[in-house]
Amino acid sequence: MRAGLFLEFVDPWINWDWLSTHIPHVLDALTEHVELTVIAIAIGLAISVPLGVLAHRNRVLRLVVLGFFGAFYTIPSLALFALLIPFTHLGGTTAEIPLIGYNVLILVRNVLVGLDAVPRDVLDAADGMGYRSTARLFRVELPLALPAIFAGLRVATVSTIGIVTITALIGLGGLGSLIDEGQIENFHTPLVVGTVLTVALALVADLGIAGAQRLAIPWARPA
Amino acid sequence: MSFLGSVWRWFVDPAHWQGADGIPTRIGEHLHLSAESLAVAAVIALPVGILLGHYGRFGGLAINISNAGRALPSFGILVVAFQVFGLGDLPVILALTALAVPPMVTNSYVALREVDPDIREAARGMGYRELAQVLRVELPLAVPLIMAGVRTSAVQVVATATLAAVIAGGGLGRYIIDGIATQQYVTTAAGAVLVALLALATDASLAGLQRMLVPRGVRLLNAPATARAATFKVA
Repeated sequence: MRAGLFLEFVDPWINWDWLSTHIPHVLDALTEHVELTVIAIAIGLAISVPLGVLAHRNRVLRLVVLGFFGAFYTIPSLALFALLIPFTHLGGTTAEIPLIGYNVLILVRNVLVGLDAVPRDVLDAADGMGYRSTARLFRVELPLALPAIFAGLRVATVSTIGIVTITALIGLGGLGSLIDEGQIENFHTPLVVGTVLTVALALVADLGIAGAQRLAIPWARPA
Repeated sequence: MSFLGSVWRWFVDPAHWQGADGIPTRIGEHLHLSAESLAVAAVIALPVGILLGHYGRFGGLAINISNAGRALPSFGILVVAFQVFGLGDLPVILALTALAVPPMVTNSYVALREVDPDIREAARGMGYRELAQVLRVELPLAVPLIMAGVRTSAVQVVATATLAAVIAGGGLGRYIIDGIATQQYVTTAAGAVLVALLALATDASLAGLQRMLVPRGVRLLNAPATARAATFKVA
């Protein structure tokens, strides 16, 4: 046993007293994290589906879209956030532009994979039944592409939830701000809570989308 | 003067090209951290993926590890590791290794699985022992997909090594983090440009390495697997 004049302060990994008095603080961080993620996914999806359909029909557009967003995807998120600060300042817009860009690559690629995989026979049958091209797209091609789109949605969501933690470094308040707080104040509890909640949120979102897929398209079981 | 003009001036200022905070030093630190982490991860991940793929067992496990790994935020692991191990390269290398392992395990597993069973049979029939079959038949065929995993990991490691600066480490993240802290966004932007270029250069040079590693016969086979490399962004 060490004997000393001073009581040694040992910081436990979780200080339940702190946690019980800071639940609103943690919930605020969680809410902002979910908001940033939902916006990035929703706008990403709204851009990707039409863009994917167009790129499916036009070979040049496909190369341009995949090339542009592929290069964009390679740029680190912290670098992009930092590059945007002088133009869009600290705040939500600066976080969302890179997040949306990354999601567009993941989702467009999956829309294309889904549309490419629709069998020729099915298209011929639809044409033979008298479907116009728009009706064929909405009633035959897109439904058949849904499993691939859902797969992309899961990857995009889990990946976005992870990247949103980094937005704390540009002053936003998601779960990363708890991690940042723990780091700056040398206090373990917010750091552990932030990390664990990020993982939990990612797993819950992944399961939730898998469940939604099961309801929406029961004929295709998620992997 | 315009913002971009200021960034350009920052780059051509000779003061930024020398000393402990100079561009060459920071790039060196960044590459050092990245290469070390990638090497550790490759030593762990590739044998595991290759063995599992060769025997075709525990495939679900390999994929599940990869999926769970995706949910781990590097920023969180980095800071937790810093609290445990303190200052130094170790927390960074730990966090980056954890990041690099999953894509390499999944890709090498899938790569070995996708070797045509007829080719395995033919190798057996020609009298290859198991080790020779793996090293001389299966691995050469699997190189494109394995390298795709290494590339994915490498780009993400280079991107994420930026975070080392958050726990007082070196690398190009220093410019970004210090710039944000002092509101000198020209420095931040310069750091961002450097990291982005380094990430693109890493991808391009590994693509070159891949072209050298893939045997000519396999290239002629036009292995379709290359296009299906699983990519996943984490930072």
